[in-house]
Amino acid sequence: MAVFRLTFTKTKRDKLAQVLWILNWISVVTGIILFSLGLFLKVEINKRGELMAERNIQYVPNMLIAVGLIACAINFLGGKICYDCVDTTKFLRWKLIMLPYILCTFFFTFCVLVGALMCYSMHGELEESLNLGLTEAIRFYKDTDTPGRCFLKQTVDMLQIQFKCCGNNGYKDWFQIQWISNRYLDMSQKEVVDRLRSNVQGKYLMDGVPFSCCNINSPRPCIQQQITNNSAHFHYEHQTEELNLWMKGCRQALLEYYTHILQSIGLSVLIAWLFELSVLTGVRYLQTSLENGLRQGDLNSESDGWLLEQSFMETARVNLNIIKSLGKCNQIDTANNGDPNINIPCTSKANYGPDNVPPKEIPEAS
Amino acid sequence: MPFMPVKFNLQKRVKLAQGLWMIYWLSVIVGILIFSLGIFFKIELRKRSEMMDNNESHLVPNLLILVGLLACGVSAFGGKVCHDSLDPVKFAKWKPMLKPYLLLCCGFNALMLLTVLLCFLMQFAVYLTLAEGLKNSIKFYKDTDTPGRCFMKRTLDMTQIEFRCCGNNNFRDWFEVQWISNRYLDMSNDLVKDRVLSNVEGKYLMDSVPFSCCNPGSPRPCIQHHLTNNSAHYDYDHRIEELNIWTRGCREALFSYFSNMMNSIGMLIIATIILESADMAGLKYLTTALETMEDPENPECESEGWLLEKSVKETFSEMLAKMKTLGASNQVEGGDAAEAAT
Repeated sequence: MAVFRLTFTKTKRDKLAQVLWILNWISVVTGIILFSLGLFLKVEINKRGELMAERNIQYVPNMLIAVGLIACAINFLGGKICYDCVDTTKFLRWKLIMLPYILCTFFFTFCVLVGALMCYSMHGELEESLNLGLTEAIRFYKDTDTPGRCFLKQTVDMLQIQFKCCGNNGYKDWFQIQWISNRYLDMSQKEVVDRLRSNVQGKYLMDGVPFSCCNINSPRPCIQQQITNNSAHFHYEHQTEELNLWMKGCRQALLEYYTHILQSIGLSVLIAWLFELSVLTGVRYLQTSLENGLRQGDLNSESDGWLLEQSFMETARVNLNIIKSLGKCNQIDTANNGDPNINIPCTSKANYGPDNVPPKEIPEAS
Repeated sequence: MPFMPVKFNLQKRVKLAQGLWMIYWLSVIVGILIFSLGIFFKIELRKRSEMMDNNESHLVPNLLILVGLLACGVSAFGGKVCHDSLDPVKFAKWKPMLKPYLLLCCGFNALMLLTVLLCFLMQFAVYLTLAEGLKNSIKFYKDTDTPGRCFMKRTLDMTQIEFRCCGNNNFRDWFEVQWISNRYLDMSNDLVKDRVLSNVEGKYLMDSVPFSCCNPGSPRPCIQHHLTNNSAHYDYDHRIEELNIWTRGCREALFSYFSNMMNSIGMLIIATIILESADMAGLKYLTTALETMEDPENPECESEGWLLEKSVKETFSEMLAKMKTLGASNQVEGGDAAEAAT
């Protein structure tokens, strides 16, 4: 009892082959798109590499790049096969390769699906990485003279300007660290020394933020210093003031940005997966109908095509038996006095491939 | 004696027709490119129109859009003629339209030449408009409560951040205007009152700049206030400090941006003029080659193609004579009509 059996005339088969050829080429383009999406994601992650702590997030773009390249190769081969299937003589060339090709493509579609799901699972790791990375970046903001961290200040400033955010969770993160280097603090002034001594770690803390936190939409010139001191500024109340600085934290802003990219990429990969699956189904039908036509002896007549020859459970059982018998064949039977040269047939019920036609008995040479 | 004659056999004619067809489609693509560049230019001008007092001239982008559309249309028609040229039946349809079409192409080339000139000359107008517009923008920076100018502050801040510039000529332009609104000045404070009274116009002037002038690449946190006062900041000398705020003026920055854009567009249009001229020459050769076939029934015969039927001088004198007779015939008819009336 075949699974989803369909009848194909010669013209229907030819049409199917042509349609599959076009679809395979579209899949090659889809593979190129997947590859470039993976490359884009890799570039975007590396651009902000300074702001992310070491975490295992490179596997997602790498997987996408690999999947894209393999998809191109597989569909290119598939297109060639389908193009040749219209011609009988050329089909015979590909006959033996078609079944392994279909199996490979089937496992490959699983990889594509895994790739799509990974896009959605990256969220947690990314958040962790950004959290740690931004905390470090804000701490080392002042170290513009330390080799390896010279440009961290510029990176953080550009980030806050571009993504319209301030600090890790909010602007108050800047109150907890010293973001002005000691090189620019006048240690001879009493005020500065007092402030340094006022906390355990000897840091110059203040309720001020860098200029990059300033909100350009504010109707009044930016208030960066003494933010929590209402009396320091005319007509100012920091509890209700929302337009002066950016209110969003940079971790949330970056996370939203990357989540948006990942969701779009995930959706594209899912669509590519559905497309690949449909192409695979078409190729399977083409293969089975051509082989059945060959078996009948006349490729120009009608033939049946199916997805699986027997029902799903039977096919699974048969394949498991094959795998078990492969294992048995490898074990030498010690019952015959350990003589490995005696020929013992493997099983009584052998499966001879999709045709299931036992080979002719070779007459014993006398 | 035809001008620049060339002999054609069947193969050469076919090759010419095919090559010309491809060049015409290339011209269509270039026309689309010019059209989209015109739209891009228009959008950029609109985006920065607040910096130019909403006074900027949209002549060049409008002309570019027109030229782009015309190029598409003219080239598509030319491509169709080339495609049909080797079939005598189809070609006979297009024959009467060829002369007016070539004249139209000449006119179109003249229009493109005018556009190129405008691209290069209008840069002066853009410069002057920018100078005037930026001066006013800086003046109205503080007026975030005046309808029509609410977003001047935001636009100017965004421009200074995006183009990495400060002020009109340089950052000192901010010292000459009051850029903090009176709403945020505590008039009861003595310091504020002194400063306001210290100049004739009663403006609150100071040697500070807005935060958007700050350079993120500076190793030290941005110094915005008391810029010219070295003692107000530790280890600071305003004469040698270059990384603190942007030193370039916004007029220069914006002008160089628009100037680059207009120069590139001008170059593209010059290339298009050359392309269109090549198209016209090719089409003229093809049509004359097809017309001078001795035996129209036999496609294998040789024929001659040229650019002008007579030499350049003779063609010009003929044209002038024709124009004179046109004028003379009008007068003669007028005389006749006057005679008939009496």
